[in-house]
Amino acid sequence: MSHDRSIRDMVAAVAAGKTSAAELTTRYLDRIAAHDETLNTLISGCADTARERAAAIDSGAAADTPLAGLPIAHKDIFCMRGTRTSCGSRMLDNFVAPYDATVVERLAAAGTVTLGKTNMDEFAMGSSNETSFYGPVRNPWNTDYVPGGSSGGSAAAVAAGLVPAATGTDTGGSIRQPAALCGVTGIKPTYGRVSRYGMIAFASSLDQGGCFARSADDCAHVLQAMAGFDERDSTCVEREVPDYVGALGDQGDDYLKGMRVGLPKEYFAEGLDDASRQVIDAAIAEFEARGAEIVEITLPHTELAVSTYYVLAPAEASSNLARFDGVRYGYRCENPVDLEDLYTRSRGEGFGREVQRRIMVGAYVLSAGYYDAYYLKAQKTRRLIAQDFTNAFENVDLIAAPVTQAPAFKLGEKLDDPVSMYLNDVYTLPASLAGLPGMSVPAGFVDGLPVGLQLLAPWFEEARLLGAAHAYQQTTDWHTKRPAGFE
Amino acid sequence: MAWETVIGLEVHIQLATQSKIFSTAPTAYGAQPNTQASAVDIALPGVLPVINANVIRMATLFGLAIDADIAPTSVFARKHYFYPDLPKGYQISQFELPIVANGHLDIVLGDGAEKRVGITRAHLEEDAGKSLHEAFDRETGIDLNRAGTPLVECVSEPDMRSAAEAVAYARKLHALVQYLGICDGNMQEGSFRVDANVSVRPVGSSEFGTRTETKNVNSFRFLEKAIEFEVERQIDVLESGGTVVQETRLYDPDADETRSMRSKEEAHDYRYFPDPDLLPVVIDEAFVESARADLPELPDAKRERFVAAYGVSTEDAVALTQSRVLADYFEATVAAVGGDAKTHGKPAANWIMGDLSGALNRDGLAIADSPVSAAQLGGLIARVADNTISGKIGKDVFEALFKGEGESADAIIEDRGLKQITDTGAIEGFVDQVIADNPDQVQQYLDGKTKIVGFLVGQVMKASKGKANPKEVNQMLVAKLDAL
Repeated sequence: MSHDRSIRDMVAAVAAGKTSAAELTTRYLDRIAAHDETLNTLISGCADTARERAAAIDSGAAADTPLAGLPIAHKDIFCMRGTRTSCGSRMLDNFVAPYDATVVERLAAAGTVTLGKTNMDEFAMGSSNETSFYGPVRNPWNTDYVPGGSSGGSAAAVAAGLVPAATGTDTGGSIRQPAALCGVTGIKPTYGRVSRYGMIAFASSLDQGGCFARSADDCAHVLQAMAGFDERDSTCVEREVPDYVGALGDQGDDYLKGMRVGLPKEYFAEGLDDASRQVIDAAIAEFEARGAEIVEITLPHTELAVSTYYVLAPAEASSNLARFDGVRYGYRCENPVDLEDLYTRSRGEGFGREVQRRIMVGAYVLSAGYYDAYYLKAQKTRRLIAQDFTNAFENVDLIAAPVTQAPAFKLGEKLDDPVSMYLNDVYTLPASLAGLPGMSVPAGFVDGLPVGLQLLAPWFEEARLLGAAHAYQQTTDWHTKRPAGFE
Repeated sequence: MAWETVIGLEVHIQLATQSKIFSTAPTAYGAQPNTQASAVDIALPGVLPVINANVIRMATLFGLAIDADIAPTSVFARKHYFYPDLPKGYQISQFELPIVANGHLDIVLGDGAEKRVGITRAHLEEDAGKSLHEAFDRETGIDLNRAGTPLVECVSEPDMRSAAEAVAYARKLHALVQYLGICDGNMQEGSFRVDANVSVRPVGSSEFGTRTETKNVNSFRFLEKAIEFEVERQIDVLESGGTVVQETRLYDPDADETRSMRSKEEAHDYRYFPDPDLLPVVIDEAFVESARADLPELPDAKRERFVAAYGVSTEDAVALTQSRVLADYFEATVAAVGGDAKTHGKPAANWIMGDLSGALNRDGLAIADSPVSAAQLGGLIARVADNTISGKIGKDVFEALFKGEGESADAIIEDRGLKQITDTGAIEGFVDQVIADNPDQVQQYLDGKTKIVGFLVGQVMKASKGKANPKEVNQMLVAKLDAL
């Protein structure tokens, strides 16, 4: 069986005995062996445990589970029992998690086989996957280019067909942006839809787990297993999970007919690359051709998003990363002379530059005398940004926009220019700040590099996002394109 | 110059929950190091806190008991500092919006006057672990069993003006939390920890002086001594032309002094902000009312009831209601005596605060561990009341009960033949004998030195081996002597 089949087909084939979990696992492990030296998408492989697990599934261990035998990879931010969980950092290079994240537990319970842990920007801080302690991931469409970040390993692994699906996390765009840059489908659910338990925290009020796959239908299968209430996460919302998979299966050809799709004018203003804009315009034209009603909308506080995010996310990060102190686990400096030395050198040597930069910014904005001017003010602007969306969704069902201003950039190009790197997230940050669900859907290419269409929906309307993306993918084939050398 | 002392207390009250405030690990004291610390308590990457609902209920009970406002919405905040026994690098506490605010406690002073002490706020927070410096050669051990233990930090207004007032307040609070069943009150194990903010100012001044905070005070006696030391020290500093430094000081009970721990210049910027892992705590009126319905009778109400129902003095009632266990013991004792509670209340109070409390102190026992049960003591009091034995013999019976030498007062009286002689004929025999044997004393009586009758009564009691009813002996002696 080809590695290029849909999850729906693969799972059905395993269930029908037309293929086996072992066969699927071997096929993808072979692809990883062949290609990952170039791409560097995996930090830790789990080939042995994957084969054992596949064999167990073939012996009936995951009977009647929805994804029995499906190979996947987890972003290395999710704790997985008995496996190194590094978060892309030297700080946790020696950390073997003693427990499973809820996401890992649920996907395992759904019958998946984990092939490895994917590369990522250190502690999910970055938009290019270049801040990883384990070196950058390369974009399969052009290996001189970045895959985006922070979930760059997951996006690139799916794009190159090394796994059918992978988990990711999105704090300010870390699923949507690499999905766009790697030409795969990615979904970031509503904040509170997927449990954060066992997902190493970057910015707790923004972090949300999601997934990458080759189509909306594939994403629906994975999200179905991930989503839902978890009493171990107080911010996880107790709300029924709709049948995403069933809904897509039953969806008619006229799904987009009459759907009101808003185009926020602020997302099509100065800064958006012309060629990318043409790709987005064509995608929107397809929506219109399928009966959607396209309306211009305004999200007037969009310009506040970058500064708001780069106050709040570092503030929470500086706090969340305080536990990495060299005392109980993780990196500890050699021969500390005293407690102060233990802290400063363990953290100075264990954290990379970008992480240290954000910890310093975060500690600054929370410090006495600056808290009101930065942290409190940013909380207020965050509410304004969220209110923009609430107002907009009174008139539209869906928002469509670019994910990034331009396709992937070259490795090293923005590494020494953090502000330019931060501006890369200008179209993804607002929805993160508002806690909204969003997707990136492959919509075309510019100079051989993929461009993604961003879709945003009201809170907990993941089904609508998946439905719209699925409808779009019924009449377009961008999501089926494969990078040369990885067919 | 005359100085006035100003004291405010911060008390950490450890809540008596089964599990921790944000994890399911147990809170039991004294376990092997790090055996009661879960993934959440040791702050593994990726773990999240989940509030223990029981903690919210206990804090609400506490707020109601001090007549405070229960916040409809309170917020957990992170307080940041680095220390090896603080696993997350921050403590989850409450800062801007505490669960309890604007309460008070009324204390009774030595002269019987009442004084109201304001309580600014009481907030929920988690405890840290412990650093163990002993038993490690130039290294420090970390025990995280205590990490995540729920605490209420109760902050008073600077309303107290003497060490005695501070102790009265602390004792009252200590009794209250045990009444509520929210704290075991064990000061040695750190379940109830008092920090004293102390300053002095010239009498008549309306400005507060610079204060110091004294920590590590683990008994009421040490609290009194620490405050007294600190007041003297500050007055000495000021009178010799110096200035008091705002700082944290540690009380050393061995040296009976306070020592500087850290000054304000070294104070942390805690970088508080609302904890994004926890939702605000929302308490509705129905929850408050259900907690109110669960409130037990509190010390003040119990004290008033004791005076009214048992006829004891206010002073006795204050002492008896100091702890719920003691108050319960008293009520059970009176019930065991039977009959009129108002008649037996006073003797029961006397027995409990006299002989029983003396014997318990002597053996270092708490009332809960008393070898004499309330039923046994009640039985003894009944036998004194109905003149089966005298009060003096009663003390012997009590000692026997305390030593476990008999099941009940009745059994001991029976076994030892202690029953009082009320037979007039038998007593008359002893009286006649004593009059005959002591002619000098009898003559003194007849000469008008009537006080000598006490000696003669003693002789009769001695002859009867204490079993004669002293009142009857006295009457009979006087009658016979007067008739001579």
